[in-house]
Amino acid sequence: MANQAEPVTMASAFTEDAEAQARFLARKRYLAWRGRLLPVAAVIVFLLVWWQAVKIFDIQPFIAPSPVAVGQVLYDRFDMLMANLLPTAIEAVSGFILGNLAAITLATAFVYRKTMEEALFPIAVMVNTIPVVAKAPILVLLLGNGMEPKIAIAAIICFFPTLVNMTRGLRDVRAEQLELMRILSATPREVFMRIRVPNALPYLFSALKIAASTAVIGAIVGEWIGSTKGIGALIIQSTYNFDSPLLYATIVVGSTFSALFFGVISLAEKRLLRWNVTHGV
Amino acid sequence: MAVAVQCERITVRFTTERGTVTALENIDLAIPRGSFLTLLGPSGCGKSTLLRVMADLIEPSGGRISVLGDAPATARLNREIGFVFQDAALLPWRTVLENVTLPLEVGGGKALPGARSPQDLLALVGLTGWEQAYPHELSGGMRQRVAIARALVSGPRLLLMDEPFGALDEITRDRLNEELLQVWESTGTTIVFVTHSIYEAAFLGQKVLLLAARPGRVRELVPVTLPTPRRLAMRETPEFVALAGHLRRVLETC
Repeated sequence: MANQAEPVTMASAFTEDAEAQARFLARKRYLAWRGRLLPVAAVIVFLLVWWQAVKIFDIQPFIAPSPVAVGQVLYDRFDMLMANLLPTAIEAVSGFILGNLAAITLATAFVYRKTMEEALFPIAVMVNTIPVVAKAPILVLLLGNGMEPKIAIAAIICFFPTLVNMTRGLRDVRAEQLELMRILSATPREVFMRIRVPNALPYLFSALKIAASTAVIGAIVGEWIGSTKGIGALIIQSTYNFDSPLLYATIVVGSTFSALFFGVISLAEKRLLRWNVTHGV
Repeated sequence: MAVAVQCERITVRFTTERGTVTALENIDLAIPRGSFLTLLGPSGCGKSTLLRVMADLIEPSGGRISVLGDAPATARLNREIGFVFQDAALLPWRTVLENVTLPLEVGGGKALPGARSPQDLLALVGLTGWEQAYPHELSGGMRQRVAIARALVSGPRLLLMDEPFGALDEITRDRLNEELLQVWESTGTTIVFVTHSIYEAAFLGQKVLLLAARPGRVRELVPVTLPTPRRLAMRETPEFVALAGHLRRVLETC
C-alpha cells in the first residue's frame, strides 16, 4: 500500500519480525529481477542462434542477413533511419489522437442517444471489416499523397476498438451507483463526470494500448503507396533492392518506436488508474 | 408523535413481457420519527421496493406517501434521506474519505444542520486511519462501514438500509448490528432496515414489519419489547427466543 503514515488501526494487525521481513523482500527482489533479466537473456540467445545459423548454413545476405549486418546498418545509417521514422511517428501519433478523440466523442453520443448507435454502429462495423491494405489506396486517392491519408488510416484503425470499449465502459455502470447518484440529486453532468467517465477509464486504456501499436502499423501501410519517405517507404524500397540488412534495420526501428508508444500509454495507465487492482495487464 | 414516513394504500406494479406483477398492494404504514423499524419477509415480498418508494427511486402506481412531511422527491432534494445498499456501492476510484465526502460534492452538496464531519463519522464507524485506502483494500464489513458513514454525512433525518449486512459473515454481522444501534442512538436518525434474517430483524428493530409475498402486503406489525440498550447476549433470553419463534411462525404462512 502506498500511504506513508502508518495508520494506527492497521499497524496493530502486524508484528515486527525483521528476519521474516528481510526474507520476504529478498524473494520479491529476486522475482522482480528474474522478470526483467529473463526476456533479455532470451533475446541474446535468439540473436546468437540466428547469427550462428546464418554463418554455419552460409545463408546469402539477401535471403536473411546476419544480426551483425543489421546492427552495422543501424549504426552507420542511424541518421537516415531517424529521418524516415519522423514522418511515420508524426502520422501515427496524429492518427492516434484524432481517431481516439472521434471514438470517445461518438461513444459518449451513443450512450445518451441510443438511436445514434442504432444508425451508425453498423457503418462503423463495415468500415472496420475493410482490410488496411484496401483502405490505403482508397484514402490516397481521396486525400492525395501527403501525410493526410496516412494519418487518416492510423485514425480509422484506432477508432473501432476505442469506440466499442468506450461505449461499453460508459454504459456498464453498476445500477446501485446510479441509484446512489439519484438519491444525492446529482445532475446528469455530475453522473457523467463522477461515475461514467471513471468507470470507462480501464476500458479506454485497454483500447488505447491496442491502438498504440495498430496506429503505427496503419501509418506504415499507408506509406506503402507512393511515398518516398517514412518507415513504410523504406520497407518497400529495401525489399525491391534486395537490401535485407536495411529492411531488417527498418523493422527494428519501427517496432522499437511502436513498443515505446505502447510503454508510454501503459505508464499513463498506471499513473491514472492506481485504484484499479487489475492494472498492469 | 411526529411521523417520519406515512404510507397510505401504496401500490406498486411492474409491467414485463410476461405480464404485470404487483410488487406491493395497499401498504398502510406510519413510522414515528427517531424510531427503528425493520422490514422482514420472504424474497419477493417487496421489502426493497417499499424502501425504494420511500427513497424516491420508484414511483408508486397508486396511493400516497409522505417523507418527513413532504413528497419523497422534496425530502431527497433537501438531503434528508440517506441510503445504504446491499453491497456498499462504493466508487472504486475514490479513497475511503473521498467516498464519504461524495454527497457534499454533488447535487448542490448541501449538508443539514447538525451533520457531522466526515472525520467524525469515520471515527464513529471505527475507520480512523483508513482515510486514504481504496475500497479494494477493505474487507466487506469495512466497506459497509464506509457506506454507512457516507449515508450519514449530509445529516439525514431518515436512513434507509437495504439488507446492508446480508453478504457479510455472521461474526462481522453481529458486530455491525451492535455498532449500528450505537450509531442510531448517537444520531437520533429514523432508520428503516430491510433484512431477511429473523434474528437481525428482532435484535435491531423497535418494531418488525412482516410482509407477505405475491402480492407484497403488510402481514403483521410486531412490537419488540426487549430492553435497551440491546446487547448480543439478549438473543439467548426467553423473551428473544419467544419473539423469534413468533416471527418464524408468521413467516411460514407468508
